[in-house]
Amino acid sequence: MQLTVEFGGGLELLCDSVKIHNVNVNVPNGAEKLTMRDFLTWVRQNLIKERPEMFIKGDTVRPGILVLVNDCDWELSGQLETTLEEKDVVVFISTLHGG
Amino acid sequence: MDTGEKLRRGGGRLCCICNDRRAALKRPKTLQQICRECFYAVFEEEIHQVIIKNQLFKPGERIAIGASGGKDSTVLAYVLSELNKRYSYGLDLFLLSIDEGITGYRDDSLETVKRNELQYGLPLKIVSYKDLYGWTMDEIVKMIGLKNNCTFCGIFRRQALDRGAALLKVDKVATGHNADDIAETVLLNILRGDIARLSRCTSITTGEDGPIPRCKPFKYTYEKEIVMYAYFKKLDYFSTECIYSPNAYRGFAREFIKDLERIRPRAILDIIKSGEDFRISTSTKMPEQGTCERCGYISSQKWCKACVLLEGLNRGMPKLGIGRTRGMSSDQMKNPKPTGAAKSIESKQCGSLDF
Repeated sequence: MQLTVEFGGGLELLCDSVKIHNVNVNVPNGAEKLTMRDFLTWVRQNLIKERPEMFIKGDTVRPGILVLVNDCDWELSGQLETTLEEKDVVVFISTLHGG
Repeated sequence: MDTGEKLRRGGGRLCCICNDRRAALKRPKTLQQICRECFYAVFEEEIHQVIIKNQLFKPGERIAIGASGGKDSTVLAYVLSELNKRYSYGLDLFLLSIDEGITGYRDDSLETVKRNELQYGLPLKIVSYKDLYGWTMDEIVKMIGLKNNCTFCGIFRRQALDRGAALLKVDKVATGHNADDIAETVLLNILRGDIARLSRCTSITTGEDGPIPRCKPFKYTYEKEIVMYAYFKKLDYFSTECIYSPNAYRGFAREFIKDLERIRPRAILDIIKSGEDFRISTSTKMPEQGTCERCGYISSQKWCKACVLLEGLNRGMPKLGIGRTRGMSSDQMKNPKPTGAAKSIESKQCGSLDF
């Protein structure tokens, strides 16, 4: 499915300084829907070019990184269990840089 | 896909304040789920209340906003200029930026501040290390390498902000330190045993006995909300880590705070509360404040730290003032004041100004 991914707050530096990525992601075999859990793995493997530890900690994003799905805080939609649909927009913003 | 479906999914929940629009974020402070419009309103109103309750400003005052081009100072400049109009504070607001002379970092972030000057209609003053001290950070790093460079930068910045504020003839400097920063500083001061700083790092206003007081209107504002606010309002800010900053020790404290926040967001406010409620035992020796014999800046030693560091640079002995060899004159070595300030300042990390 077609998704748009946006990196901000300095995270774009982990992916060749490209902020907006239009991507095509498949729903994993045997799954009905694509969850944020699957998608984070995909992002880490396909978009993050350096220092993945700045993006992922354990099985989720590093604390201090905000995630929005269609401009809605993922803490409202179930975080890793949030399911994604065609043309969704996922935004990752680091809060850890500078003041 | 129609919007109805997205509504149901994106936690189709309604804002718990207006009960009308779709919630856009969860507030770390209250765990409330609120929409964008209500978020703007409560975010701004809370800062207004902090300003009023703590009497941060008086009508007619000239206020410099310490502006780095980063998220905190950009949101502070935006919100303060809004509140100043909305509630008729009667303040003359200025942007004050420090140019440390770091190519590829500060030059870019200063471009952001220059745009902010136009966007918010606030006059901007830039003071540079080169003008004040005769050295840029690029030149300093060329001479001393990547060890201790943050010590130079931090000490020079603190003074530069005061000098810039004096040039602007402002009554006070407002900085963008947020609740996460302050919680982190409380922890760092405990880890360093720095009792002098621990007792004042939670004060919302500091330096009232000095030349120019400083205040932190974001003392109770979560970093998450500042970043969300900047994102939703599409504010123009700069977010790149300084090219010279390893920031390791502060980085650990920061990460620890963020881990705690994930489990229990209130932890940040509670750490600040703990810092505020510490009682410093009266037998603890506190450094005496005097003035630097060379430049007149506040100092607990004969010369202020910036003058010591500068002397080292200019004499080609950049280690002077770093680590244990902190005195420059033999009589000072014989008669060292029992001060925690000079010792602890060596380990200051760069990035933000410590109080």
